[in-house]
Amino acid sequence: MLFTSGALLTDPPPLHVTHLDNGLRVLVQEVHTVPLVSVWCWYGVGSRDESTGLTGVSHWVEHMNFKGTSRIPREEMKGIVERFGGTWNGYTWIDQTTYLETAGREALDQMLFIEAERMNGSIFDPADCESERTVIISELQGGENDPEQLLDSEVTATAFRAHPYRHPTIGWLPDLQAITREDLYAHYRRYYIPANATLVIVGDVETDDVLRRAERHFGGIRPGPAPVRPQVTEPPQVGERRVSIERQGTTAYLKFAWHAPAAKEDDFFPMLVLDAVLTGAKGLNLWSSFRVAPPQRKSLLYTALVERGLASQVNGALMATADPFLYTLSFTATRGVPLDELEGAARAALDTAALEGIDEREVARAKRQLRARLVFEDDSVTNLAHQLGYFQTVVGPGFYPRLNQCIDMVTADRVRQVARHRLRSTALTVGAFHPLDAGR
Amino acid sequence: MSATLFKGLSPHRTTLPNGAVVTVQETSMTPAVTLSAAFRPGSLLDPHGLEGLAYLMGRVLDRGTERRKADEIAEALDDRGVSLKISTNRQAVTLSCTLLSEDFDDILALLVDVVRRPVFPDEEIEKGRAEAVTTLRQNEDNPGARAADGVMKLLYTGKHPYGRPSKGTVAGVERVTRADITSFHRERIVPAALSLVIVGDVPASHALTRAALELEGWMAPVPPRVDLPPPSAGSRHVRRIAMPGKPQADIAYGFTTVRRHDPRYYAYWMMNNVLGQFGLGGRLADNIRERQGMAYYAFSTLDARPCEAPLLIRAGVDPDNVERTIEAIDHEVSTLAAGGPTSREIEESRAYLLGSLPRMLETNQSIAAFLQTSEEFSLGLDYDQRLPGLLNAVTREGVSAAAAETLDTGRAAIVVAGPEEGQG
Repeated sequence: MLFTSGALLTDPPPLHVTHLDNGLRVLVQEVHTVPLVSVWCWYGVGSRDESTGLTGVSHWVEHMNFKGTSRIPREEMKGIVERFGGTWNGYTWIDQTTYLETAGREALDQMLFIEAERMNGSIFDPADCESERTVIISELQGGENDPEQLLDSEVTATAFRAHPYRHPTIGWLPDLQAITREDLYAHYRRYYIPANATLVIVGDVETDDVLRRAERHFGGIRPGPAPVRPQVTEPPQVGERRVSIERQGTTAYLKFAWHAPAAKEDDFFPMLVLDAVLTGAKGLNLWSSFRVAPPQRKSLLYTALVERGLASQVNGALMATADPFLYTLSFTATRGVPLDELEGAARAALDTAALEGIDEREVARAKRQLRARLVFEDDSVTNLAHQLGYFQTVVGPGFYPRLNQCIDMVTADRVRQVARHRLRSTALTVGAFHPLDAGR
Repeated sequence: MSATLFKGLSPHRTTLPNGAVVTVQETSMTPAVTLSAAFRPGSLLDPHGLEGLAYLMGRVLDRGTERRKADEIAEALDDRGVSLKISTNRQAVTLSCTLLSEDFDDILALLVDVVRRPVFPDEEIEKGRAEAVTTLRQNEDNPGARAADGVMKLLYTGKHPYGRPSKGTVAGVERVTRADITSFHRERIVPAALSLVIVGDVPASHALTRAALELEGWMAPVPPRVDLPPPSAGSRHVRRIAMPGKPQADIAYGFTTVRRHDPRYYAYWMMNNVLGQFGLGGRLADNIRERQGMAYYAFSTLDARPCEAPLLIRAGVDPDNVERTIEAIDHEVSTLAAGGPTSREIEESRAYLLGSLPRMLETNQSIAAFLQTSEEFSLGLDYDQRLPGLLNAVTREGVSAAAAETLDTGRAAIVVAGPEEGQG
């Protein structure tokens, strides 16, 4: 069964997993509570697969896959699922690229058609590639309008020396100015093949019918070799690193980053519970969970910093990733509080946690929070489909159904252990955003 | 092609003797419940000079009651994985949260206690004030927020409460006293202003019984009705807000439209869909993003409001492209005003809006939002069933008339917030 007991009131049929002859993995989950279907197509390609000079190419390719295919004229892309009340979108991150449509069940064929076309028939018209260059640069600059996003990029780039996780998914500006249509198309052809993809269908469908349709739409796509992804091990960090930004602004921000365990490492779930102890549980759905504030008023860092008036916001972030990424803590300084005072208080609170320990009650609360968040984040066919595809693509089979079990097994000892081991100051990168008066 | 057959909602609604309205919808996707308690109106009641009163009151509302200390409330919520969100906008102060079904009785009791018996401790007010000021200062550094606030000020001139930032101002928040907060709470956070919506895996009869029990005996005078004046029609006005150091400029371009109760609202809804919603952002995105490659986002929004609501067009562009973008918006706005939508656009938008109903009503949170809107504008318990008919009744002529009446570039309010210097 996909769900642990109690995760869904209705008793869903089991998750069906199969492969087409060309290597495409297909996951089907029937959910009959609403007359909707969500289709996601996942590719094992993200910014980690990009070489120097081509940063941002995966995300740009994603954009080009909304611009028409050999059988869908560009101007006809818009409207295919909208006519059924549907929504469509996509995103790219460090390990993966994905596309989705959610619409009424009558639109299933249209959704599968779009995804099959994306896999094999995108055009990459040179004029469209050029036009999209400025759209993506606009996306980059819009992000840099936000000091927290700017700080996040700089901290990530500082924390990594070797691993390609160091560069932002959207890419560095000089690369975005230089990437050619040929770069984009070569990247597309290399990674968009059935053996590197997972098709996920969740909703008001019959499994056998869906599999027949998937075969019809995708079965004819030529197979190809699964791309070899770069294997890079980040060397151990031997001393604290710092990055400081001074720019016009109104608010000071502080960010801590440590190297985090990959999702498959033994430390991952203790670290997830540690994050809940420190800043409240978020859950594990990249698509939906981080839009909702965590329960955090009794969390260790909220009580140490926000309750004491030093910070107006505290956030922690641990993502399930293929390779070790970062565990980050972000702080917004309350007006008038100097960043060094905030940093000192944050370090003291973390030292207390590491040295004096985190008690059983805090760990029990964090685990209860995580269990509740796992229920809340599976509240739609879209979110369910995301989770199935995400964990299949990023971590591998068998991980998602065990989330609750893995959280249950975390002990307070293990949480204290990862706090001491993982949050060492020698492995820390500190980022500070100092606002300059804009002169207004 | 046909829209998904949709069973629709079956909400239970009751008005308690003290005037509070409770609406319950049972669902079964997850063993969870969403609570939404809206008190209307919200920050539009802030007195002049105290802009931010409702926002600050909301930030401190859950920091202690006659029965529970702030710490006990925090513990009760955190122990159950519940994040209580208190949001304030012009229309409402809304408390909302999602919880496991097994925690329903406890959290409902806590939520009612919070709205009914807050004590607003002085030290919590000061903490809340510092946090509120920090948030407002963050908004001052956000070109999107600055442009949107600026265009509202141009559209709703004089003392119209829609012309003020919905969360208030730093100066206003600095002036608010504890007495201001307690009197706002006494007069406005009252049962007669409350719409409590409960959606999820809880029997409706149980939810209604528990809500009635928790709200029993809470009596307060019915607050006076608030009538909003129509905004005065202005001529085209362009304002530039200099934000040095920002890589990108944000444009907000707006008009005032119609009240939610206006029968033409559905034609306006469809007009907005054609202009700046359908697909990746309607005609606006086709031009500004797809054809000219100038912006990552270009779209329009139409709010449902008790007064003449704003239609806002938004785009984020390179500072060098601001004038070209405003020209492109002018072009799309005047073209739609002059020629109306095509028949195909009308039919596509209609199909989209009809077909999106099941998606709008899929999750507990989205159903709660739908039921709150239904309650706010007295749309009825069968609104989800009537909505297809209302949308089907919209004609191309009606949408064309809405466009012609509203989309007058000579009356547009335009604000650009970005690195370039300008006249403010």
